[in-house]
Amino acid sequence: MRLEPIANPSPVRRLGLPVLALVATLGVAMLLALVAGANPFAVLGQIATGALGSRLAVLETLNRATPLIFTGLAVAVAFRAKLWNIGAEAQLYAGAIMAVVLGTGALGSPWVLPVSALAAMLGGAALLLGPVLLKTRLGVDEVVTTLLLNFIMLLFVSYLLEGPMKDPGGMGWPKSTPLIPEARLPRIVDGLRLHWGFALAILAAVVVWVIQTRTTLGFEIRAVGQNPEAARFAGMPVNVVLVKTALLSGGLAALAGWSEVAGLKGHLSSDLSPGFGYTGIIVAMLALLHPLGVVVTAIFVAGIFVGSDAMSRAAGVPTYIADMLLATALLFMVLAILLTKVRVVRG
Amino acid sequence: MTPGRTEAEVVLRLDGITKRFGALTANDAVSLTLRRGEVVALLGENGAGKTTLMNILFGHYVADAGEVEVFGQPLPPGNPRAALASGVGMVHQHFTLAGNLTVLDNIRLGTEGLWSRSYGGAREKVERLSRDFGLAVHPDAKVGRLSVGERQRVEILKALYRDARVLILDEPTAVLTPQESEALFATLRKATALGLSVIFISHKLHEVMAIADRCVVLRHGRVVGEVDTHATDKGALAALMVGGELSLPRAEAREPGAVLLRLEGVSTPGRGAAPGLQAVTLELRAGQITGLAGVSGNGQAALAEIVGGLALPASGRILVKDTPVTRWTPGEALARGVARIPEDRHHQGSIADFDLTENAVLEAYRTRFSQRGWMNWRAARGFAEEIISRYDVRCPGPSTRIRLLSGGNMQKLILGRAMAGGPKAVGPTIILANQPVRGLDVGAIAYVQGQLIAARDRGAAVLLISEDLDEIMGLSDVIHVMSEGRLSPAFARGTMAARDLGLWMAGQKFEDAHAA
Ligand SMILES: Nc1ncnc2c1ncn2[C@@H]1O[C@H](COP(=O)(O)OP(=O)(O)OP(=O)(O)O)[C@@H](O)[C@H]1O
Ligand SMILES: [Mg+2]
Repeated sequence: MRLEPIANPSPVRRLGLPVLALVATLGVAMLLALVAGANPFAVLGQIATGALGSRLAVLETLNRATPLIFTGLAVAVAFRAKLWNIGAEAQLYAGAIMAVVLGTGALGSPWVLPVSALAAMLGGAALLLGPVLLKTRLGVDEVVTTLLLNFIMLLFVSYLLEGPMKDPGGMGWPKSTPLIPEARLPRIVDGLRLHWGFALAILAAVVVWVIQTRTTLGFEIRAVGQNPEAARFAGMPVNVVLVKTALLSGGLAALAGWSEVAGLKGHLSSDLSPGFGYTGIIVAMLALLHPLGVVVTAIFVAGIFVGSDAMSRAAGVPTYIADMLLATALLFMVLAILLTKVRVVRG
Repeated sequence: MTPGRTEAEVVLRLDGITKRFGALTANDAVSLTLRRGEVVALLGENGAGKTTLMNILFGHYVADAGEVEVFGQPLPPGNPRAALASGVGMVHQHFTLAGNLTVLDNIRLGTEGLWSRSYGGAREKVERLSRDFGLAVHPDAKVGRLSVGERQRVEILKALYRDARVLILDEPTAVLTPQESEALFATLRKATALGLSVIFISHKLHEVMAIADRCVVLRHGRVVGEVDTHATDKGALAALMVGGELSLPRAEAREPGAVLLRLEGVSTPGRGAAPGLQAVTLELRAGQITGLAGVSGNGQAALAEIVGGLALPASGRILVKDTPVTRWTPGEALARGVARIPEDRHHQGSIADFDLTENAVLEAYRTRFSQRGWMNWRAARGFAEEIISRYDVRCPGPSTRIRLLSGGNMQKLILGRAMAGGPKAVGPTIILANQPVRGLDVGAIAYVQGQLIAARDRGAAVLLISEDLDEIMGLSDVIHVMSEGRLSPAFARGTMAARDLGLWMAGQKFEDAHAA
């Protein structure tokens, strides 16, 4: 068996294969449900209604999508420049820490929200600055450094929660002092759980899209990602572009943590993120690194998580099925994308 | 000429091949036959459709109409396997070897199953073939370490290993030194003597006259002529290709102006097998073309990097208009009016998946096609369209990805970008032209050389690096020769015979000068 490139993939191939990937994913999900001893159709139905079946479910899905949009954007921006930022998880926590530092009384209305958002972005950016400088100066692989920073950051957060940031009224739970009301993101509609973080995430996606298509920085990021040698030859400051990309990426990931704390939780805890940083990679890859696509795939991924939770309660199938679903979805999608570019021939 | 060649068995027949890419017809009802033991040259301007035709023959593309027959059997379309199996072997315009594998592994690649590790008789077969055809390479050498000429031998061996009876060579000599080209021709003569047939694509007419039995000329995708080589000459072939008479420009002597760029005792460290520069002192003057002759791999690349802003000298100074430069980067060089036509158009000169517009503005997007960080895509597109029409870049339009352009047309876009004036809209004052006409057709060569002369006449200083002595001697006002990183003194136009240049190139004269 060999792979053979296809010069001009037909529209059927380009659209049909991703759809096929989705169908195959559902097939695997049904198989898993069967193994778990439940009715496959019922399980799928429950995931769908759990994610979208009611106004409450939809809002819950959008809430869950918010941090994924931010981390997905962070990954999409970095990967475009072939800067492999695997550390969105750590940058997320950097943003969350900033939200707590500035949101527990240090600043009051009306400055606390914009300032803490900015500080969060700076914190996330600063966290990615180290790895990118190590990469441009010494050639250190950023996959390793950013990945390891995730673990360091999580330990640092534990330390903060046991020490300096510990909530005196937390009755021993490892969580931070709660934010003051002025530091909380208001809800978009009174009485509904969806907060302004979601709107901000959409705005961020549009901004990133505009940066990528309309600005010199976006042009440079794409050029450096596609062919750094030609970019350098053309006079682009390749290392500066990488640093700028890192700042943007780290800042976006930090907003995920900031909006979770300021919008949803109101405090920092070490289980703030169930791996939003890593799931952001899946979100970005499924969106083919397109910033507007990230919004769509983030909502899709969030829907699967939220729907699986509901389904698990109803059908008794473990929620791990959500992780399996996403993993298979990603594998099938990567395969589908590959198969739009090449065909498999026998012989 | 073998008598009775016309009666020899037909091994390959293309019949009415038509291929369209959108609105562009790359091949228009092309028919061609190839006989046993014959070398047919396929000629035509850049973008005439030569590579496309060969890609169809080899099954990379599927033709919209027409048929391919090999040894009397119709070839299924779009199936390189079938083409290989029927005895067609192709050496691509751009090599397709894996640099991290050995020669032997590269040759076996694709012939053995996915999981088999046995070498069987592979080594013996490769050794026999390289003896029979005069293709000397070491089977255990890593391909990444080989020179361009050696890589090409590996490509040919790979085709022969699969028992090719028909060899297709797409511009094989574009990247070879004259000596390597001679060796290739010797191989081809051995091959035809053994009954193989060859399709040979080249823009160099003297090579075509030397090696081919018959020439087929394409223009705009159509066959416009078919002649026996012994019944024609270079002039007639060139006229057939471009559809009219053509004369290469020759630069008339002119009074040189001020020194625009000066290298003073510049040395650089060597890199692997490539020598660095050894105390090179060089002056580029306004209104003067400085030719740099020499066998490639003698430090030209290092010199081009210094002039183009890609490297700083380990010792020595660079002076632009008498002021020594402190910062020297590609951007800085561009800002000071240095235009560069790079040797490697694929990796340095362009970004394959960017379209023509994006590639056209790569060097000037900051200053000319954006305001306060916002790209002005409309102006960028206009600029690309201007280059396309002024430099006759054959393409479907400015939003075509540059990877789809024929080699020569890609080069024209890069030339247009360099000449249209870098970051400021004024024309360049210093032009670094590194193998500027490699892979171009005769018409395009005349055009590019004319542009270099015109730039000189406007007062630009041109540094022309080329392995082609005729090109150097025809265009240059002064000539330097490079050998092992050393630069010869300057010779004024007409004071140097080709023979003497040859001695400098071989390094002999450097020793003499040193001894004296
Ligand atoms: N996949 C493709 N999609 C669109 N256009 C293409 C594609 N491949 C080739 N072309 C166009 O078809 C024309 C013929 O290209 P081809 O590569 O066959 O030219 P060529 O004769 O080999 O030229 P050169 O001497 O410069 O190598 C060119 O205008 C090229 O831009
Ligand atoms: Mg070609």
